[in-house]
Amino acid sequence: MTRTREWLYAWLLLAPAMILLVLFTHYPAVANLWHSFLSTPKGNRPAVWVGADNYAQLVEDPIFWQALTNNFWYALGTIPVSIALALLMAVWVHGKVPGRGLLRLAYFTPTVLPMIAVANIWMFFYTPEYGLLEQLTKGMGFASHNWLGSKSTALVALMAVTIWKEAGFFMIFYLAALQSMSPSLAEAAAIEGASRWYYFRRVTFPLLMPVTLFVLVNAVINAFRLVDHIVVMTRGGPDNATALLLYYVYEIGFRFWDSAYAAALTMVLLAILGLTALFQFFVLGRRTHYQ
Amino acid sequence: MNTATHVYDARGMARVLETAAAWLLGFLWVLPLLYAFWTAFHPAEFSTRLALAAPLTLDNFAKAWNAAPFARYFLNTVILCAMVLAAQLVLVTLAAYAFARFEFPGRNVLFALVLVQLMIMPDVLIVENYRTMTWLGIKDTILAIGLPYMASAFGIFLLRQTFKTIPRELDEAARVEGCTPLQVLWKVYVPLARPTYLAYALVSVSYHWNNFLWPLIITNSVESRPVTVGLQVFASTDQGIDWSIITAATLLTTAPLLVAFLLFQRQFVASFMRAGIR
Repeated sequence: MTRTREWLYAWLLLAPAMILLVLFTHYPAVANLWHSFLSTPKGNRPAVWVGADNYAQLVEDPIFWQALTNNFWYALGTIPVSIALALLMAVWVHGKVPGRGLLRLAYFTPTVLPMIAVANIWMFFYTPEYGLLEQLTKGMGFASHNWLGSKSTALVALMAVTIWKEAGFFMIFYLAALQSMSPSLAEAAAIEGASRWYYFRRVTFPLLMPVTLFVLVNAVINAFRLVDHIVVMTRGGPDNATALLLYYVYEIGFRFWDSAYAAALTMVLLAILGLTALFQFFVLGRRTHYQ
Repeated sequence: MNTATHVYDARGMARVLETAAAWLLGFLWVLPLLYAFWTAFHPAEFSTRLALAAPLTLDNFAKAWNAAPFARYFLNTVILCAMVLAAQLVLVTLAAYAFARFEFPGRNVLFALVLVQLMIMPDVLIVENYRTMTWLGIKDTILAIGLPYMASAFGIFLLRQTFKTIPRELDEAARVEGCTPLQVLWKVYVPLARPTYLAYALVSVSYHWNNFLWPLIITNSVESRPVTVGLQVFASTDQGIDWSIITAATLLTTAPLLVAFLLFQRQFVASFMRAGIR
């Protein structure tokens, strides 16, 4: 093939995927920026340029700040715990634990369930008076508590659900890495007399670093992307205690139909995801991924 | 699986403690599921009372099945998953081939543009995509649910990696035989990438079977709702909050995926591993 024919060929191969990508990823991201500077069209009043008005509204909106703070705590509360649990699970099912297959199944099953089914199951688990959790705590003599209904515990209760669903998923990546690790490393360390903990701390854990970073980036994205359980379990309540950013976008955009303000809120979300991308690109580097 | 003894496997007391801890965690992990199963398979009066003598029943499933058009919801989900997967396989294969084996101006820029979707997924662009679907006049259709996901950056990336590991000699040999690039793709690359395709298909199907927020927004009728949205509509309309029935419906909507997972556990786990190692 001549060079130009090869170019043409490649572009044609790419065209269908690129067109759809532009239409549903790049265009909406740019259009979203544009629409965040316009007003929401109402009735026969078309959208007009309002400059930074939507952003001014955002800065003064206490619910936005609360959603952002909630999301921050939610990320901070779910990510380290699920990663630590995932690592622990992986080490266990990689070793010679009796019933390893069953354990692996137990840890991984929540991952294949839809978040919405998970949310329903846990909602029942948390039900005041009747739920299993209440029955356990009552059995131990604690007072009845509405886990999802009180401001102080609702977000933590949701975090537990997320950790339950995600830890097994992250475990898989650690497990894959552990299985590809050469056993001669451990043998060499043992000859040198390194203790088990020392070996884990100085050899295994550092070698798993690329996996940890990969999982970390995924967990951050998920913390801002997945709000299915909020819709089912709390609808952002009580008193916005569990409103996450994307849930707030959904509420403003599709319950109050204020698309301009929703666009401004989405920009914040895109900025956070963009920062995560930069982190991945510069901190993780091209070395570990994208080769 | 690697079953050889490791030098650093726990021994003695540590082994006992670790086994106990691992099993405790495993028990905690299945507890919510077991509880859901208990509730769904017993009459409502036993839903919160764990009595060994409680009679088993399928009534809750029958009631749930009859209370909402779950058959239709299932059909919608199957159509959605099949449609998205079919489109993805074609688009992703062509794009990955171009990136893996062609030299052309703009390759790096275009590839970077593809990778953008790994971070900014259609999941967060709901406001604008809703506008686009309205403009296209396809709101409240199964096509509208699937369209934003059909060009998958993840798939392009995954398959490009696989294609790059295929020796160029095979490619060149086929070309010498007189194959066009598309024939080479079909006869050399696609068959050799079969494990990647399987992995990608499993990940894709479970993603779209489980997807909720976007379908919730874009659909508004029984004819287009997937099971996840159907379940939510069913559970949130006033059923008098009968947990036995809601739990039964939840298990019902999850059952096909869960059964498939239990049957093909190994492939699932291997697929998720393969999809994760980049």
